[in-house]
Amino acid sequence: MHLGVADPMRDCEYSQISTRSSTPMESPHKKRSARRKWQAFPGRNKFYCDGRIMMARQTGVFYLTLVLIVVTSGLFFAFDCPFLASSLTPAIPVIGGVLFFFVLGTLLRTSFSDPGVLPRATPDEAADLERQIDMANGSSSGGYRPPPRTREVIINGQTVKLKYCFTCKIFRPPRASHCSLCDNCVERFDHHCPWVGNCVGKRNYRFFYMFILSLSFLTVFIFAFVITHIILRSHRSGFLNALKDMGLSGFHTYLISSNQTTNEDIKGSWSSKRGKDNYNPYSYGNIVTNCCAALCGPLPPSLLDRRGFVQPDAPQAAPPTNGITMYGSTQSQNHMCDQDQCIQSTKFVLQAAATPLLQGEPPTPPTSTPNLSCEPDLLPPHQEGAPAHHHFLTPDEAPSPPGMLPCSGPPLAHSHTLPFYSPASQDSLHEDSVRGLVKLSSV
Amino acid sequence: MAETHSLQDIRQQAAVAAKVFIQRDYTNGTVCQFQTKFPSELESRIDKQQFEETVRTLNNLYAEAEKLGGQSYLEGCMACLTAYTIFLCMETHYEKVLKKISKYVQEQNDKIYAPRGLLLTDPIERGLRVVEVIIFEDRSTGSGR
Repeated sequence: MHLGVADPMRDCEYSQISTRSSTPMESPHKKRSARRKWQAFPGRNKFYCDGRIMMARQTGVFYLTLVLIVVTSGLFFAFDCPFLASSLTPAIPVIGGVLFFFVLGTLLRTSFSDPGVLPRATPDEAADLERQIDMANGSSSGGYRPPPRTREVIINGQTVKLKYCFTCKIFRPPRASHCSLCDNCVERFDHHCPWVGNCVGKRNYRFFYMFILSLSFLTVFIFAFVITHIILRSHRSGFLNALKDMGLSGFHTYLISSNQTTNEDIKGSWSSKRGKDNYNPYSYGNIVTNCCAALCGPLPPSLLDRRGFVQPDAPQAAPPTNGITMYGSTQSQNHMCDQDQCIQSTKFVLQAAATPLLQGEPPTPPTSTPNLSCEPDLLPPHQEGAPAHHHFLTPDEAPSPPGMLPCSGPPLAHSHTLPFYSPASQDSLHEDSVRGLVKLSSV
Repeated sequence: MAETHSLQDIRQQAAVAAKVFIQRDYTNGTVCQFQTKFPSELESRIDKQQFEETVRTLNNLYAEAEKLGGQSYLEGCMACLTAYTIFLCMETHYEKVLKKISKYVQEQNDKIYAPRGLLLTDPIERGLRVVEVIIFEDRSTGSGR
């Protein structure tokens, strides 16, 4: 309905006059299934809350307006108001709050209300008007649109032309205009405001005006008190220190003015908090000179000579490695490996030699080795003389098939070495220990 | 409400012969006024004086609704100060007058127009653009003077 605040009682009255239904039984049923008028509205508007809220189709910018106002005010209340309330007066947040809610209220009222849309003519009206115009123009042949239809009215001595709206099929009242964005004729049309997401017309012009007025007041209010805040803070700790709170550029302006680096500031190297006599020895004494030195001082050249050519015979710095070349390391590793093997095999021999003396029975062979049942006569080959070794391979010959070798090794070696060696490496170690034994015995 | 039903009954029984539209009169600006010129289609049905009286009364009522004066200013300021929440409780002056107008239209219909086979439509239902007068086919009962 036209009249702003929704009043279901009033809706009932009008529909009683205009309803054509005769039986009382039918009318409640019809009301339940009948659509609301906003659902059948021909213009390009969006409706919310079952027709109570009316906005234009493009509402994105309205949400932006809302966000900007709420976020800015929110930041003001969060960061400036506590300080101002405690150091000046608590009336500041209160007045700010009242202003803020007034701004929001008028904004919402402007955005959500009907700007003064003229409903389109009913078909009967349109037909009647057409007839009147045809009569006035004389009988014009159909098939082409007649020249723009206007009516002239004299208002307070001024001649005003009333235009005919082809979309709404009415003669527009004076000062009304058709909004192409909303596709409606609006009374006393001011403009279509995207910030507010609605047309501004006869019914919401006062709210629009109060919105922009109160918003200006709020802006000035916030700006003034933010400046006050900074001034108060700078009175307490110096203007330059107050600059620190004003964002990144403010912070670096402060640094340049005091000839400090970020590092020094964070560490408080030259801060007076460290000691009364602590001061920045690099500062030129006044802000202007410090700024000029940082911003307009001579620009030193690069020390790197990046595009110069490398000289081949020049003594070079250590290459970018750990200093150990691959070749060298493998050599030493290999060397180390041989030594290691020698040591290991020596160890086996000694252990093996010690075993029959220390333990009465032959040590249990490991489960991984295939030939567990070694013949006892294989045990003491190292105690025997040289000829016994000819059963085995000489160190110079190729190693025997793995089947034979473990027989000599495991009872000797594994009694002591079992916990140390994994089954996978035992074959090679057996080989080594045998070689070691052979070497020793051949001496 | 009984009268309303009887009007609807008339509507059900009678066929609509024609509709006459009284357009807005803008000579005084944008205030809501209707032309008092007597339409020719009604000549056979109703007295010219009577009709013009009806339209003039309507015009006066609308003028009262839109009047700028002490009361409207007071209402506007009060509403502004209460952030328009006051309208959750009470109606605006304009709405009050519109109710008065709709009562007047109903009363006129009952007393004068229905007996003559005519029906006035409240202008608010036509967006305050026109006063719609429905002319029913003249049946035997209730013929106009």
